[in-house]
Amino acid sequence: MAKKSKSTDSSTPAATPAVKVNRSVSNQATREKTLSKILELGRSVAKSALAETDPFVDVPSRTMSNTTYNETRRLLQMGDATLRRNLFNTGQARKFMQMVLLSKGCKDLLEAQKTLSLRGMYYMSLHSIAGTKEKTFDDQEESDGILEDIEVAIATLRENLHLFAKKRGTMVGNITVIDNGDSIDCRRMGTGGYAIPSICEPSVVQFGKCDAKFVLHVEKDTVWSRFNEDRFWEKHNCILTEGSGQPPRGVRRLLYRLNKELGLPVYCLLDCDPWGHYIYSVIKQGSINLAFESERMAIPDAKYLGIRSSDFVRCGLSDDVKISLNDRDIERAKQIAEYPWFIKKKHWQKEIQLMIRNGFKMEVESLITKDISYVTEVYVPERLKEKDWID
Amino acid sequence: MDAPQDTDQKKSSPRRRGATAEEMSEKQREISVSEFFAKNRHLLGFDNPRKALMTAVKEAVDNALDACEEACILPHIYVELLQRSETRFKVTVRDNGPGIVRKQIENIFGRLLYGSKFHRLKMSRGQQGIGISAAGMYGLMTTGQPVLIISKTQKKKPAVEVLLKMDTSKNRADVVSEIEHPEDDGLFPEGHGTQVSIELEGRYQQGRQSVDEYLDQTAIANPHAHFTYVNPSNETIEFKRGTSELPPEATEILPHPKGIELGTLIQMIERTERAQIGAFLQEEFSRVSPSVSKDICERAGITGRTWVKQIGHKEAEAIYKAIQDARIMAPPTDCLVPIGTKALLSGLLKEVKAEFFTACTRPADVYRGNPFLIEVGLAFGGELPKDELIRVIRFANRVPLLYQQAACASFKAVLETSWKNYGVSQSRGSLPDGPVVVMVHMASVWVPFTSESKEAIADYDEIRKEMKLALQEVGRKLGMYLRRRQRMRNEGERRSIFERYIGEISQATEAITGTSAKQIYESLLRVAKRKTEEADAVLNDEGKRVRDSDPFGKDDSVVILPGRVAVNQADSPDELEGDEGSTKGSPTPSKTLFGDEVAPNKKPRTRKKA
Repeated sequence: MAKKSKSTDSSTPAATPAVKVNRSVSNQATREKTLSKILELGRSVAKSALAETDPFVDVPSRTMSNTTYNETRRLLQMGDATLRRNLFNTGQARKFMQMVLLSKGCKDLLEAQKTLSLRGMYYMSLHSIAGTKEKTFDDQEESDGILEDIEVAIATLRENLHLFAKKRGTMVGNITVIDNGDSIDCRRMGTGGYAIPSICEPSVVQFGKCDAKFVLHVEKDTVWSRFNEDRFWEKHNCILTEGSGQPPRGVRRLLYRLNKELGLPVYCLLDCDPWGHYIYSVIKQGSINLAFESERMAIPDAKYLGIRSSDFVRCGLSDDVKISLNDRDIERAKQIAEYPWFIKKKHWQKEIQLMIRNGFKMEVESLITKDISYVTEVYVPERLKEKDWID
Repeated sequence: MDAPQDTDQKKSSPRRRGATAEEMSEKQREISVSEFFAKNRHLLGFDNPRKALMTAVKEAVDNALDACEEACILPHIYVELLQRSETRFKVTVRDNGPGIVRKQIENIFGRLLYGSKFHRLKMSRGQQGIGISAAGMYGLMTTGQPVLIISKTQKKKPAVEVLLKMDTSKNRADVVSEIEHPEDDGLFPEGHGTQVSIELEGRYQQGRQSVDEYLDQTAIANPHAHFTYVNPSNETIEFKRGTSELPPEATEILPHPKGIELGTLIQMIERTERAQIGAFLQEEFSRVSPSVSKDICERAGITGRTWVKQIGHKEAEAIYKAIQDARIMAPPTDCLVPIGTKALLSGLLKEVKAEFFTACTRPADVYRGNPFLIEVGLAFGGELPKDELIRVIRFANRVPLLYQQAACASFKAVLETSWKNYGVSQSRGSLPDGPVVVMVHMASVWVPFTSESKEAIADYDEIRKEMKLALQEVGRKLGMYLRRRQRMRNEGERRSIFERYIGEISQATEAITGTSAKQIYESLLRVAKRKTEEADAVLNDEGKRVRDSDPFGKDDSVVILPGRVAVNQADSPDELEGDEGSTKGSPTPSKTLFGDEVAPNKKPRTRKKA
């Protein structure tokens, strides 16, 4: 997970020295702004310490109750509720310490003008507390959570803290991207495809020539490979992406920018189960946990192409592809149906109800039972042609 | 005592062949009390050899203590068990009491139901005058050996040695031999005392319900007495005094009208020397004033001047009924001598190795016209076993009750107390479990036992209620102590959590802001100290803060031994891991549980994950 990403190799000599290459990790103004926010947090701690009061940090709450659906903008927004984290509270003291510790780590990182993986940052701040056997963090998960807290507490983004996550997600299609100064032709990526970086900010990734007319996002790389092998993106002049399940921030940010900056519509091909429905929901209006990022990631116009519950009958699939819904699936499905951004959508209500009534879910791969390339040659082209999707 | 005659009559009641009344009358004769008890010795606590040994010791020691106290002598009692063979023991009990005058020796040691204590209402250990003679009788029956009594009443008079043999059919003892024995004066350095030796069949086994346990518990309830005990292995064990103050003497009281039954009333009327009923009521009962007497007589349809001789059964019944309806003041309670919280604590302290002690003496109350009072002592922690049910030790007039726990009112009262409220776990319908010893003492002019062997206190509502109130009081104090102890641990833990993180925080903050880490650290440390103190402050009933460096500071009914607390903490497995450094470094931590200065020496065992 701490694989060296290309973006960290700022020391590698440029392949083509003639071209002016921009290899800066982030622009100076953003960096300085972020640094000043970290300084502000540190000063508030120092100030209350010297005044002999209980130091605290207010962390906006990242829960469903503090998330609202903005109907006009059609995306999730974070509310104003904050949770105060105090040092002198036995339940919070450790987290408070971790927060200050990681803030310091981020400051060092920004000043060095380098980026680190979340895991790298975890290791950077990991040590035993003087005089004890207790470690500053039990595991990376603990550190990741605190980093998200810092992000919202100082109203910045992980990318601005020079942190990236484990790389996930692949892209191929009629587009050229400039990644950290290197031109990458996504039409010539072989079977592997272009690994979508965790940081897809304009300062790192820029778009070059693009002929594609739309983006097809599929749930996982197995399906993506089928489409890539069948040169679907070439035949239909599009960009093909996958996000390995719930797409990470990098993928979502890239999709958002393709949609916003290049005006490409985004179609999603996901499994017919609550998990797939929620992936669509996150792409479309943002996630509850990262509601503060919706504005720069949510694609309110994204469409859901399939798989749909009705496809079992429509495509004449065999009983073998049915996967029974368990209690948790049904509960989750009902929960999703109740989300404010789903509740007014008749098509979605019908879709979820039909799935519950069917009592089974289906994966995209179930279409392979018809024919190896049924999904790329028949299913998707037909849906696109008939504009048969749900919004 | 009427019962045996009944059964005898039934045995000889007419059968098919038919016996004439004359024939039957030949077989009908009085049976002596001694004979009855000889056949029913289990009623007196001689059911089996082990119990018999304990009962013999108990009866002798109880008498010795009563005698010493009545004569205002600090008791020093010597108990020796000499093992003659596997099942044969010679029990010797010697006291430094006033001695017994020669002519009473055969009565006291040779007759059942002979004593000074039955006819009076006064708090004492013995009640019926059965115990020691029954022990002697048991000895004679099982070994054929007479009882040996040596008594010295004055410094100048020589000791008298008497060998007594009980004649069960006559409820009387024959003197086998009698000598003046100046050589025996060495037994009584104070110039007076009594020694009784009984040879009997018994079994010696340590543990519950043994002679050892009886003496242990007697020492707790009688901290003014010194016991020297030589056990069958010829080891001498000393139970030293916890206090040199003799308990004040109990006063004798007249019976309370509400406490007597119709039969007793009739008997009293028959025996009284008063001529008129008004005088009888006023003089022979407590709390009967002229106006109360008048009230009773009016209710009974007679007058105070009615002659006692004219009172027949019908009138007596009317008087009895009138007494029940009349309003009569409760009996005086100054006749009761509690052990007292101070003496209770000193008794527990010297015999129980615990860390926390508390005791409570309830005000006197009345059951069936008999005044009584309840005292409860409680010891917690220290070396007491942790994973067992709590131990209940019971006393009646300072005498330990070792048998029939489940039948005793005190045991029921312990069961019915909600120990969970006081931080002691308890499963439904059973004794609570934990390192606790609870002692319940009932003092009364007449303790209602469930049987003659005096093993369990009868379950009167008034008695049980008082017991529960007393248990609740000591329970509350235990709860306070346990919560306080928990808080102390929490505080130490909390402070150490803060202290650990403060270092990290000040360094990181310096790296971010440039403010001196040392300065931040010291400021935060001060806040930490203040905060932990605030969090542990106790609010009193009015919501104000109590400075509770010692919550029991002015409470005489509580004793805490912090040294034993430390032992206890190291014992519990969850404490062992984290604080090796602190306990190994100083085996007896200077910290006192309720002291002002508390070294934050605990590291939390488990990291708090939130």
